[in-house]
Amino acid sequence: MTNVLLSSKNLSHHYGSQVGCIDVSFDIYPGEVLGVVGESGSGKTTLLKNISGLLQPSSGSVKFDTRVDGLKDIYLLSEPERRLLMRTDWGVVFQNARDGLRMNVSAGANVGERLMAIGARNYRDIRNEATDWLQNVEIGLERMDHYPETFSGGMLQRLQIARNLVTKPRLVFMDEPTSGLDVSVQARLLDLIRGLVSQLGIACVIVSHDLGVMRLLSNRLIVMHKGRVVEKGLTDQVLDDPQHPYTQLLVSSILPV
Amino acid sequence: MAAISGERKRSSRLKEKTLDGYNFAYLDDQTKRMIRRAALKAVAIPGYQVPFGSREMPLPFGWGTGGIQVTASIIGIDDTLKVIDQGADDTTNAVNIRRFFAKTAGVETTENTSDASIIQTRHRIPEVKLKSDQIIVYQVPIPEPLRWIEPREEETRKMHALTEYGVMHVELYENIAHYGKVTTSYNYPVQVNDHYVMSPSPIPKFDNPKMDKMPALQLFGAGREKRIYAVPPYTKVKSLDFDDHPFEIESWSECCALCESSSSFLDEVITDDKGSRMFVCSDSNFCADRRAKGHKGPGLPRKFEIKDIE
Amino acid sequence: MYVAVKGGDAAIENSQTLLAEERRGDKRVPELTLDQIKNQLSLSVDRVMAEGSLYDRDLAALAIKQARGDIVEAIFLLRAYRTTLPRFGNTLPIDTAKMQIRRRISATFKDLPGGQILGPSFDYTHRLLDFSLVENSDSPVAEEASENILEEMPRVTELLNDEGLIEKEIDVNEHEPFDVTRNSLKFPASREARLQNLARGDEGFLLALAYSTQRGWGKTHPFAGEIRMGEVGVEIIPEELGFPIEVGEITVTECQMVNQFKGSATIPAQFTRGYGLTFGHNERKAMSMGILDRSLRSKELGEAVNAPAQDEEFVLSHSCNVEASGFVQHLKLPHYVDFQSELVTVRALRKASTLSEDNKDSTDSKNVEAAE
Repeated sequence: MTNVLLSSKNLSHHYGSQVGCIDVSFDIYPGEVLGVVGESGSGKTTLLKNISGLLQPSSGSVKFDTRVDGLKDIYLLSEPERRLLMRTDWGVVFQNARDGLRMNVSAGANVGERLMAIGARNYRDIRNEATDWLQNVEIGLERMDHYPETFSGGMLQRLQIARNLVTKPRLVFMDEPTSGLDVSVQARLLDLIRGLVSQLGIACVIVSHDLGVMRLLSNRLIVMHKGRVVEKGLTDQVLDDPQHPYTQLLVSSILPV
Repeated sequence: MAAISGERKRSSRLKEKTLDGYNFAYLDDQTKRMIRRAALKAVAIPGYQVPFGSREMPLPFGWGTGGIQVTASIIGIDDTLKVIDQGADDTTNAVNIRRFFAKTAGVETTENTSDASIIQTRHRIPEVKLKSDQIIVYQVPIPEPLRWIEPREEETRKMHALTEYGVMHVELYENIAHYGKVTTSYNYPVQVNDHYVMSPSPIPKFDNPKMDKMPALQLFGAGREKRIYAVPPYTKVKSLDFDDHPFEIESWSECCALCESSSSFLDEVITDDKGSRMFVCSDSNFCADRRAKGHKGPGLPRKFEIKDIE
Repeated sequence: MYVAVKGGDAAIENSQTLLAEERRGDKRVPELTLDQIKNQLSLSVDRVMAEGSLYDRDLAALAIKQARGDIVEAIFLLRAYRTTLPRFGNTLPIDTAKMQIRRRISATFKDLPGGQILGPSFDYTHRLLDFSLVENSDSPVAEEASENILEEMPRVTELLNDEGLIEKEIDVNEHEPFDVTRNSLKFPASREARLQNLARGDEGFLLALAYSTQRGWGKTHPFAGEIRMGEVGVEIIPEELGFPIEVGEITVTECQMVNQFKGSATIPAQFTRGYGLTFGHNERKAMSMGILDRSLRSKELGEAVNAPAQDEEFVLSHSCNVEASGFVQHLKLPHYVDFQSELVTVRALRKASTLSEDNKDSTDSKNVEAAE
């Protein structure tokens, strides 16, 4: 099974005269974690939106290995097809958990929603599945019927992850999933993500400015600078032996993990 | 049906019966045709909300203008009209709308459900089973069942088109998680013909089962929100639920104090300031009918206790 | 023994008789004439015509009289009457450049071709109650101007246009314009639908939203490029004739807002427009409309949409006071049945919760228990 799961070819995006990203190409394979690293303004968030169907790129293509028709350009899919993809095969974990959660329904309902969206109609089953997933992300069951509003930042992020993974998507996009959290909370969350992703064999694109996060989670790394990819390769290789001056600067500016 | 045959023979009888200076049933014929086209489209796509060019009516928006426009467009001189609000013919709003049609269309009106060819209603479906030669017209305040979850029309239209209705069950899930049962008690959402999720208008969920496979045509008019939708005769209407928490309706341990009915929707009437109350049929015509046939309820107010409620 | 309340018919009729009596008030006071309303409450008449979307001073005056001065009720009366009117055809677009100007001001240029013409305005009055009006007053007669006003008064936006400083107003609609009185509004709404909706919209609602943009809830950075008020001719082309003839004259207030500029690498910077127009004399409404027309273009112009005044579904769905007033007040209608359903549910829940309290043997969280 070495079919490409998602393939980006010569992807560019402009905001008027502003550059988002330029000529980005890469492939992701099933079960693989790809890290996209760069400072803010480097184009990594634009790239993530482009490849996750949220923002149509100015040029280039994004193809995804659909279950029925194989590799297809996601922007040539009909809207129903794209929306179906988003609630079944894909997950999106937002930097701000509030953007990805329904804050006015309970934690259990947040996890159960995707199941109901794909047709689950047995309350007991949905409840059990939600229970399992809250346990997976280490949220106490006594919090199951509470509103996310009462949760801490780390819990919100874990809830968002459970909400996405409950339908076992094949690809999850994560935008700075750990930023804004305390260091100890970050470490716990990273452990959790690493465990779940490898256990379920989910492919992942993680965008972060934090090389520590990348070292821990990603198999391969893309380094972006001013909208362009300046270096790519295996994570350890890129971090231990950076070739591009910008990568060298990035690596030297942080403490080794 | 009556609407069409009535249209042909309105000429002489019209002049003497309707209001000077106004069209038969108030609306001009162009508008009526536009509304009938919308209604036909609605019948063709059961449960789909058809936008229409709702007019300002001489009654306020929110007071039944949608139902009135639908009724005005399908009514003919030979029709017999019944208007109910809360199940009763004698509530002020029902009286007012019945007067409006008596004045502008000069049609026969009735309180007897079986005699009516068109029944306009707010908040109830009559207890007596409707027949295939009748049309029931519902007044609808908010036609969009997804509105509370998604306020944006652009988005809800997509959700309907793609039958993306998972969020409707999120609400039911929440009810059960917090209260152990579904607590939505009126305007309980239904799915029509296995596709569109539809608001049944604020009828009590007690009435929902009556909509399923009903022999009469069901038309829904929302004037302020400018939508018409329909359930054609004998169409499947299913109230949303979970497999292991099936849809259920209200029940009373009391019977009607006047006619002793134990199968109808009961209104609670407070009879003094000491907690005495009694229960009577909300459907006034159904109740009167039963009494005429000799049924007699306990009548006297009795002390209400919470443990009496199922 | 309970007896259902009957006689709704008689009660309604009695209520209506009482209403008519209250409207007339003390019979020793002479009854208001429509001429008095038209002449002395002319701004009320203007507002009722604008939001009633029917230009007829007599009917508007009648509506105000019948509504006992309740303007929103009068608007409703006029709208309901309008429904019954046949439609003969569409007029040609009015040309406000050919307006017989009674007032014309610009806040963007000190002087300009045609000059500033103050006309009748509350703007420079001191808001002091004028007790001379307590008794019937002899109002002064204004002096006539010595100079003629230009026949064709150039619009400020056109002056800017010559230099390309403001976006062009392009009529992209070759088709019959959308008509909000005949069709249900769809989103995203076209500009003509938006302008029609705002023109009929409640003055107070528009004013409050326009105000909110000035306080930072979606700023549009407006300059009152020009406000003009006066009479314009209304023309139609009868099919038999094939050329335009004037069928009447209406008073309108027009406001052209000049707003923050917009540009990019490919398009040089330009000011943007917001447009307001009302029947009669109503600058407050016309200006509010101009501000909102512009703020509702935020999405089109690629600006962040995060304030109510920028959200077209929010603004256009709630602007009509006939709809709003009807729906808010429909809460007066009986809701016995729905309330009974809720009563049954709440009682059942309370009963279930009393039972579970009784049976409770541990300190389990109530939430978890209720869920079981």
